[in-house]
Amino acid sequence: MIEVQLSASLREFAGGAASVAVEATTVRELLRKLVERYPRMQKRFDEGVAVSINGEIFRDDRAQRIPEGAEVYLLPRIPGG
Amino acid sequence: MNHDQSFTNQEFKIVGTRPPRPDGVDKVTGRARYGADAFAPGQLVGLILRSPHAHAKIKKIDISKAEKLPGVKAVITSADLPDLTKGDRGQLDILENCMARGRALYDGHAVAAVAAVDAETARKALQLIKVDYQVLPHVTDVDEAMKDNAPIVQPHIRTVGVNPAPTKASNVSQRTEFGHGDVEAGFKRADVIVERSYKTEQTHQGYIEPHACLASVGPDGQGELWVTTQGHFTFRNQCASLLGMDVAKLKVTSSEIGGGFGGKTHVWMEPVALALSRKANRPVKVVMTRDEVFRATGPTCSTSIDVKIGATKDGRITAALATLRYQDGAFPSIWGMLGGMTSFACYDLENVKAIAYDVLVNRPKVAAYRAPSAPMAAFAVESTIDQVAAEIGWDPVDFRIKNAAKEGTRASYGPTYGPIGIGPTLLAAKNHPHMKAPLRKNQGRGMACGFWFNFGGQTCTDLNIGVDGTVSLTVGTVDVGGSRASLSLIAAEELGIPYEKVKCTVADTASLGHNDTTEGSRGTFSSGMATIYAARDAIRVLKERAAKTWEIDVADVTWRNGRAMALKAEHGNLNELTLEELAAASPRTGGPIAGHNEVVADGAGVSFATHICDIEVDPETGHTKVIRYTVIQDAGKAIHPDYVEGQFQGAAAQGIGWALNEEYIYGKDGRLQNPGFLDYRIPVCSDLPFIDTQILEIPNPGHPYGVRGVGETSIVPPLAAIANAVSNAAGVRLTHIPMSPPRILKAIKNGNGKSHAGR
Repeated sequence: MIEVQLSASLREFAGGAASVAVEATTVRELLRKLVERYPRMQKRFDEGVAVSINGEIFRDDRAQRIPEGAEVYLLPRIPGG
Repeated sequence: MNHDQSFTNQEFKIVGTRPPRPDGVDKVTGRARYGADAFAPGQLVGLILRSPHAHAKIKKIDISKAEKLPGVKAVITSADLPDLTKGDRGQLDILENCMARGRALYDGHAVAAVAAVDAETARKALQLIKVDYQVLPHVTDVDEAMKDNAPIVQPHIRTVGVNPAPTKASNVSQRTEFGHGDVEAGFKRADVIVERSYKTEQTHQGYIEPHACLASVGPDGQGELWVTTQGHFTFRNQCASLLGMDVAKLKVTSSEIGGGFGGKTHVWMEPVALALSRKANRPVKVVMTRDEVFRATGPTCSTSIDVKIGATKDGRITAALATLRYQDGAFPSIWGMLGGMTSFACYDLENVKAIAYDVLVNRPKVAAYRAPSAPMAAFAVESTIDQVAAEIGWDPVDFRIKNAAKEGTRASYGPTYGPIGIGPTLLAAKNHPHMKAPLRKNQGRGMACGFWFNFGGQTCTDLNIGVDGTVSLTVGTVDVGGSRASLSLIAAEELGIPYEKVKCTVADTASLGHNDTTEGSRGTFSSGMATIYAARDAIRVLKERAAKTWEIDVADVTWRNGRAMALKAEHGNLNELTLEELAAASPRTGGPIAGHNEVVADGAGVSFATHICDIEVDPETGHTKVIRYTVIQDAGKAIHPDYVEGQFQGAAAQGIGWALNEEYIYGKDGRLQNPGFLDYRIPVCSDLPFIDTQILEIPNPGHPYGVRGVGETSIVPPLAAIANAVSNAAGVRLTHIPMSPPRILKAIKNGNGKSHAGR
């Protein structure tokens, strides 16, 4: 079970919760289960979402594994210049 | 194939050296081909008609006379760019920005375009296009745009991130918030609180090469685009989507790029050029003038930021709060949010909050500018940090060291940091000789820290070995700062061959799988990773060829120093096989020898820098002179140190111009007053001292060589470092960027307090 921390822009879709518990071993599974639970999150994910796992930010790799007990944070997908 | 990206702490023979750059001779002799340097038989000249109004309804566009002018082959408006976005508002915004759809949203907004046999005919045709405008009220200032009575830029926008959800149209597209802890409780514990407001004006990336492309679309729906860009694969996908073309049928080739810095990550006139070509059934070349580049591409935001920081006398920050207002131009985006995320990222804070607003104004659509949004936030925060330090009697470097983020710190934007480099950059600054250099009259010293995310992304690379043993390395990441040299070093290191034997080329979109745009300091990091794996793939093949040649088991073959060797004593009589020998024999051992890799490179890791600068201020004129400047930044591993230093220096130079001179000046009519380098003053060589650099190498655990991205971070500290230096030199606190001579004189005359401290 992973405790996913939500950035402020995502909390409104989770009833204001700052974190939610999700059973997932990959980023893909995590995002899929969040959308199953909170369908309105799909639009935000379509706009761009990044996942921080133990401080390392993953923008693209949905196959990235999430270790048990990892700190997981959902962030906006950030562009560079 | 999955690869282990972990840092391996290997010894390098070639990586870390400074061979000549492969693109140097072409660039200094004029042989390099940029965006405007492609030609096609029958090509036409494309020109774009632009709105002279900041905000207007377009009631009618009459192109009939223009179409009839001899020599005109196509005239287009938004009618020739139908909405194929299927409800994707972001895509529709891009389409509308490329060509106005019933309304002009900023001075310079494209409203029509022509393709003609020559420039003179095209210019006459533009004059024959009659546009019936109904001028509307406009707003160009970020704070004015947030007021209740401000003209609304986008009527469909309702502010996101506000509870309850508003029903009224607004220029505030979103409100975002980051942070943790209890800032109110933290401020109560502080011995000193400094609270101040800051402003930064809009700037442009200022690349020397304007946007240019040659577009050719045939009646069969196949097309080609030669373009100056930071991401030709992204441009291909965007243009194909907007024009209803198949991605595979649009081949995009990136030219050499004369600077991008984020401004060429986005399409501006390329879909228009393709649409002109499609209608004219001939190639069309469009080259923007400098006026157009300023008015109608993607400058960075202007901002208005309030910062409040409290600290105890023993040097510990107890609370930090920022409210940031960023204008995104006429289309909603996330630049304010990004400022909010980066604002306090350098510090280990128990109580922190950043509230960010993204605001619409009648200005061009903002694009990224090298660590987008971070420099402005850093200016406000680092200026305040200096003032807090002064109030409690702490040295500014020691105060930052005391409060710097470290491994295990919860970042102000959320996640917990792994190993990071801000502590080492601060210590290096403290011990740097620059800190001890004497200052003369009217000179002041300032320092500041900066933070930036770095990214990886989709990358695809081919490595082919020629029959003479030289290597063609084909990459899809546009080279904006020397990555071809770095990637050649990496390939040479892996293969064990001289650097001179490797030729790196940026391929067109038909030759490789998708490669993400070169942004986010990802070029060497991600393509470097793909090059390592492609080289190792090729080595696997080389070993197989050696095994075949020797008729032994491939498990008994090793690759070292550019040659295959047979292990085990029973193979003792076998001579080594060099890469050249294996390449020469390749037709008879299985054909071409090549390696390939696709990777989604993640794990780039965050990046920090500390800058020191000395400024002299003339108290009678407000004129400033940069006396000395030092950049200290963690690069993880400097593959080609000259290029890393170049990135540090280039970013610092841009920050210096931004801090002291550059700004967009809009008139009351909402028109840009200074769309040219004469009145938009970027630094030239004579304005700057030699910028000293110190590369720290704290390996990135997420890359085999420890590489971190380096291209962006060093534009983050300069605004603040210079503000702190100018403030120390002038004896007054400057809070408005750029700190041009009139602003400095005014501050001196008004006696701007050095800090706004209270308790």
